Amino acid sequence: MNPPTNTQTDTQTETRPTETVIFAEGLSKQFQVKRERVDAVTGLDLEVRRGELVAFLGPNGAGKSTSLRMLTTLLTPSSGTATICGHSVLADPASVRRRIGYIGQGNSGSYGQRVRDEMMSQGAFYGMSRAATAKRTAELLDSLELAPLAKRTVMSLSGGQKRRLDIALGLIHSPEVLFLDEPSTGLDPQSRAHLWQHILDLRRDHGTTIFVTTHYLDEADQFAERVMVMDHGRVIADDTADALKTTLAGDVITVGFSSEADATAARTVIGEVTGAETSADPGSATTAPPVTALSVTVQSGDRLLPRLLHGLDAAGVPAVSATLRQPTLDDVFLSLTGRSLREESAGTGSAGAPKLTPTESESLV
Amino acid sequence: MSTSSVTTSSVTTSSVATSSAATPTGAPNAARDTWNILVRELRPLARDPFSLIFSLLQPLVFLGLYGPLLVSSSGQPVGETLSWFVPGILVMIALFATAATGSNLLFEMQTGSHERTLVAPIARSSLILGRSLKEMAPIIVQAGVIAVATIPFGFTVNLPGMLIGLVLLAIFGMGFGALSYALALASHGRDWLFWGVQQAAIFPLMILSGMLLPLETGPEWMRAVAAVNPVSYVVTAERALFAGDLASAEVLWGFVAAIILAVVGLAVGIRSVRRSK
Repeated sequence: MNPPTNTQTDTQTETRPTETVIFAEGLSKQFQVKRERVDAVTGLDLEVRRGELVAFLGPNGAGKSTSLRMLTTLLTPSSGTATICGHSVLADPASVRRRIGYIGQGNSGSYGQRVRDEMMSQGAFYGMSRAATAKRTAELLDSLELAPLAKRTVMSLSGGQKRRLDIALGLIHSPEVLFLDEPSTGLDPQSRAHLWQHILDLRRDHGTTIFVTTHYLDEADQFAERVMVMDHGRVIADDTADALKTTLAGDVITVGFSSEADATAARTVIGEVTGAETSADPGSATTAPPVTALSVTVQSGDRLLPRLLHGLDAAGVPAVSATLRQPTLDDVFLSLTGRSLREESAGTGSAGAPKLTPTESESLV
Repeated sequence: MSTSSVTTSSVTTSSVATSSAATPTGAPNAARDTWNILVRELRPLARDPFSLIFSLLQPLVFLGLYGPLLVSSSGQPVGETLSWFVPGILVMIALFATAATGSNLLFEMQTGSHERTLVAPIARSSLILGRSLKEMAPIIVQAGVIAVATIPFGFTVNLPGMLIGLVLLAIFGMGFGALSYALALASHGRDWLFWGVQQAAIFPLMILSGMLLPLETGPEWMRAVAAVNPVSYVVTAERALFAGDLASAEVLWGFVAAIILAVVGLAVGIRSVRRSK
């Protein structure tokens, strides 16, 4: 994990740039749903330093939003502690609120209000002067392409426009710490790109610490330097996206042969070259009995593949096809939980050895 | 997704550093926060004042369709009947408008707009105080419009009495509005609960206030209930005020009832918003 490279620290801040901005210890939340206890979040330990961009990744219902709501003073934890910039969310929520921005899953703008009016109210709520609010509003509405809609009521905006207003409202006071709960849900690709541009700008200019929940794998992968994977109320992994992929998923090499005999003979060769255990390619194994394709999960597959093909040629069992698939964060999630994040509802818990990943047909191109 | 396609219209954030540095420290300023909430709540009314006039349909129906029945059944001159009936209608405006106002909050709780104010550094009490204070504005405008509109039909108005009457109505409306907000907070996610309780409350309050028909001729139990109905005191006080009977005991009791209602309403409302997590 890279330490925050930002140096342009806020003049207000008392301490070093590497200070802990978000801290939680044993944070838990239980709900009572029809006399049944639901453990939404269990024992969340968290330490985020100034300027970090952390993504909270997990399926719906994993406890991401509940965690965020506890950290932003919206929900009282059942047990555990949390501080933001050194202020306890329980003992001193007012100080926490002053320092954070929060973009929730709902729409922040009141439907009967005009866009610009809501921005002006929001600035006033955070103690900004009228002039500063007006200036900042103009900038934000302009860059989020809401300027022509400034006098429209929130009700009349489209879903994507409402979402952009949520973001403008959350950014008006340039918060020290920004919490975003599924910010890009419902946005078109261009708006998504814009949103992230704003988040990254804010971080670059102010050293804003950013904590974002998402179920978009690509967002976590591309923007976050640190990914926390959450499932069933617990954090099950916490590292950089690359490290998670290397240690938990690995590259999958799939090699096809002209006959089952070749494939069987190739097993030992592949084992020797890669030092990893080979398995029948699950894609073909389930469909056709003669196993002609083999999969192996390795690290640095791109370097290994040429040597492997060479070795197979030398052993007289040449490959007729070969694919290399580099892992995604979905593979990480799959290897951690046995379920796919993409099809969390259709997740089969019966995945075999954690090393083995089912070959997706679309990747065999 | 690629950010390379983004036309970097990035915000120049340098200017904002000064404004955020100006953020005051310490506890939230309840007076400033209340003012900010009040201004926010008043903006849609200022932007679209016609919406206030439009919501006068219900009292106009009562004036136009119920009034003539009252005139013919009382056998008294129109002017006298109106002097008795119009102050009651004004209280009805305040009662119905403020009883329903919690539904706005209920809706904002569903969309996420309320959540945004909860996470902002705003004193919790201000969220209810600001909203309840706002209730005064439409009441004064609407009641004023109705009072003036009935003058051509023979309604006689004592001007100082009417102005004091509007103040009384505003205090009453603020208290009742605060109760409606508290009800909205209590029925979070259950619209049916809000509307059920609201409907179950306002009609008995209306009928047992002597707003539409005098209670003097009603059974004793009704008069007993009316004696503890704050709306009844406000109606009686409004009638005295519009008749120019400014120094009467009825006026005093009306203010006492409205102020008690306002204090209780705000206390319950503030308690609800502080506990709503």
